[in-house]
Amino acid sequence: MSGRAWVFGDNLQTDMLAPGQYMKFGIEEMARHCLELVEPRFATDVRPGDVVVGGRNFGAGSSREQAPQALRHLGVAAVIAPSFAGLFYRNSLNLGLPALVCADAQKIRAGDSVRADPETGRIENLTTGEAIACEPIPPHLICMVRDGGLLPHLEKRLARERSARQAGPE
Amino acid sequence: MAPGEIVTCRVDLAMMHDSGGPRRVKPMLEKLGAKVWDPEKIVVITDHYLPADDEESRNIIRIAREWVKEAGVQKFYDGVGICHVVLPEKGHLRPGLFAVGGDSHSPTGGAFGAYMFGIGATEMLGVLVTGEIWLTVPHTILVEWSGKLGRGVVAKDLILFLCTRLGMNGGKYQAVQYAGDAVAALSMQERMTLCNMAAELGAQTGLVAPDATTRAYLDAAGATGVEVERWQGDAGAPVLEHHRLDAAALAPQVSAPHSPANAAPAQEFARTAIDVAYIGACTGAKLDDLRMAASVLKGRKTAPNVSLLLAPASLKDQETAREEGTLGILLDAGAKLLPNACGVCAGYGGFRFGENAVVISSTARNSRGRMGAASSQVYLGSPYTVAASAVAGRICDPREFLA
Ligand code: SF4
Repeated sequence: MSGRAWVFGDNLQTDMLAPGQYMKFGIEEMARHCLELVEPRFATDVRPGDVVVGGRNFGAGSSREQAPQALRHLGVAAVIAPSFAGLFYRNSLNLGLPALVCADAQKIRAGDSVRADPETGRIENLTTGEAIACEPIPPHLICMVRDGGLLPHLEKRLARERSARQAGPE
Repeated sequence: MAPGEIVTCRVDLAMMHDSGGPRRVKPMLEKLGAKVWDPEKIVVITDHYLPADDEESRNIIRIAREWVKEAGVQKFYDGVGICHVVLPEKGHLRPGLFAVGGDSHSPTGGAFGAYMFGIGATEMLGVLVTGEIWLTVPHTILVEWSGKLGRGVVAKDLILFLCTRLGMNGGKYQAVQYAGDAVAALSMQERMTLCNMAAELGAQTGLVAPDATTRAYLDAAGATGVEVERWQGDAGAPVLEHHRLDAAALAPQVSAPHSPANAAPAQEFARTAIDVAYIGACTGAKLDDLRMAASVLKGRKTAPNVSLLLAPASLKDQETAREEGTLGILLDAGAKLLPNACGVCAGYGGFRFGENAVVISSTARNSRGRMGAASSQVYLGSPYTVAASAVAGRICDPREFLA
């Protein structure tokens, strides 16, 4: 799937992705305010399959996972940045939103059409014809991301354990 | 085990608050049909949505209260203060602990020589179900503050300076170890401030080697029988970076909007008039912080156009401050007392700073719109600096008041 790129700068804060005053509401309401202080058109104009391109230390700040969750809720296919805040990175993958570390992320311009493959770490800029390498999702997490995040991953794991117990010792 | 290696660790303690805790994990646990791995190892503290002054907040708090009963969690602290301060206060932290918290300022626990870091709600679910979490074995970034801090210069100044020197990603999601004479001389609560804001450095955690100061705190908190000596860094262990800094040369720092990494000596902001002075948060309203503010405010009044807001970080610290007279000094100076909760720091509740408000705050974060209107301007400083600015009506170097 390809999508358009939305480009942001360094140290983009979780406070911008998931503003505090909406934390008490559900993700739908939160998503409506995602990035409103930085790019007021984002929440209304973003389309499923679009990618978010960040600068260094993307997702700095809070542990609130509503930050990646709001992006995912809006259909964002991946977040691409030269580096991520550690907490955001973990949250993002736990919620099944690929976070791709890409030294050359800022070569992507706003509005470029981009295709990203989280497993191989290949990003194609369809607008410029450029191929950009990023780090693939780490092997110990790829299974979880494929499952759609930690919750569905755990669901599978527990189901496996349950059926193994029911089957009894061999 | 070598830095960079990925390992799965058993968790000794999992702390959650009302916002990222029960209201988020309960539905996921139900979906999985799973129970918590060990209720004894879970601590739940309400702080973000108190006072619960609307329907949503009341609901979030109610879920927390009901869930702890359901899950058999005994260590539940409801409305007695901010999680990072209440957790050690109740004796739950000790050196050598491997702990996670559902909040980004969980590195505060590193002040006790615990390896504690923040995680999101879904990852907390993983911990609650399995009792385990994966981790990349961190590199150590050693930050050594030699010399003696001057009067009126405190942990908050060290960390604001550090955020600016190293940048918001200077911690590289590794373990920052604070060391040196100036750090060893800090009280426990001051060390907590330093480790708390390892979050703003982008570190996974911040650590201070436990010592006699740690032991005295733990004894008082009822966490007895701890082998403090055992939990020291290995001599000669490799460090990724070693920063050597001179504490004696440091002036009180203020971070301009909208980043803790915008610090400069407080006196450079001397022309900035303020509307609000906020003493609050896990970062800046512990007993030691209140004492700092009181040493400036004793016998003084806040400037006529400034409102001084005070949200002590825990009920216990507030009551100690009351008994010893510290609280009285603050109230006499004109401080308005707010609940022992996150309050304006989180910006989750109804009370937020208004349009164009200029604020000096003892909290950790000043990103745009966090604590109020997008047009509000939040400066960060130590409790000394906040108190002095409240009196002057403009940002000022607190040493003017401490002579
Ligand atoms: S006081 Fe502020 S920094 Fe501390 S836990 Fe609450 S919201 Fe976070």
